[in-house]
Amino acid sequence: MSGGHAELPVAARVRAFEERVIAAGLTSDAELEEILAGVYASASPVNGARMVARAWTDRAYRDRLLADGNAAAAELGFAAGTRGYLLKVVENTAGVHNVIVCTLCSCYPTSLLGPSPTWYKSFAYRSRVVREPRAVLGEFGFELPEDTHIRVWDANSETRYLVLPLPPGSADGLDEDALASLVSRNGLIGTAVR
Amino acid sequence: MARFAAGDRVRARSADHDGHTRLPRYVRGHVGEVVEVRATWSLPDDAVRGISRAEPVYTVRFGAAELWGSGQHSVVLDLWESYLEETL
Repeated sequence: MSGGHAELPVAARVRAFEERVIAAGLTSDAELEEILAGVYASASPVNGARMVARAWTDRAYRDRLLADGNAAAAELGFAAGTRGYLLKVVENTAGVHNVIVCTLCSCYPTSLLGPSPTWYKSFAYRSRVVREPRAVLGEFGFELPEDTHIRVWDANSETRYLVLPLPPGSADGLDEDALASLVSRNGLIGTAVR
Repeated sequence: MARFAAGDRVRARSADHDGHTRLPRYVRGHVGEVVEVRATWSLPDDAVRGISRAEPVYTVRFGAAELWGSGQHSVVLDLWESYLEETL
């Protein structure tokens, strides 16, 4: 969870587990620190936003992104962060809006979206977005047209999802960097328009 | 060999599971449509017991009305073959 949580019972349980695997010779504190530092040093929604901006400006990249998310992430230098899961990019269209959740825990492509927000891990979001997504999006201040179909993707297996939002209506003349700056973490989750 | 194909209607098993599973409770007993055969992955229910058994995993779409009795949206998730049965 974001913020301080050293006093929570789960922190003690995680530490007890770490001590067991270290005692078994499977890893070390130094190695665990190195892995976590490596993940969080580069994990950022800026990465996902770059993939989106490229897809908006390069139709062939957009096609590759939808066909094979891992390969398309690797093209932009994000191969390491997407190892170990299948990255599936889901595209918003005029008629369909996608939103992602992990109802069983909090799975999410951290390297491309940055550390997940606390609400993403909350029971409220996880249980409600599969049942009443329109109401949940409304609480984010995001109102979709009545006739837009909402598709909720539950990351319950080894698949991790990233939403490809709709490009802005007035994208003409904006370069890739400018477009990337318009994309937020919530847009990549589907709780914002982009 | 995958038992189901895109377009097939399938029912998520309703039985309560003894131990770890990736079959969420909210889809159990409900009917959805196979969107695609996603991959072949080790069944988590067995993997957690140290048994490696790979099987087809299907992307399955459920209508909100089927899951909750109302609603227009759909919910899509990946289900291992052991989690599914044919609909009659």
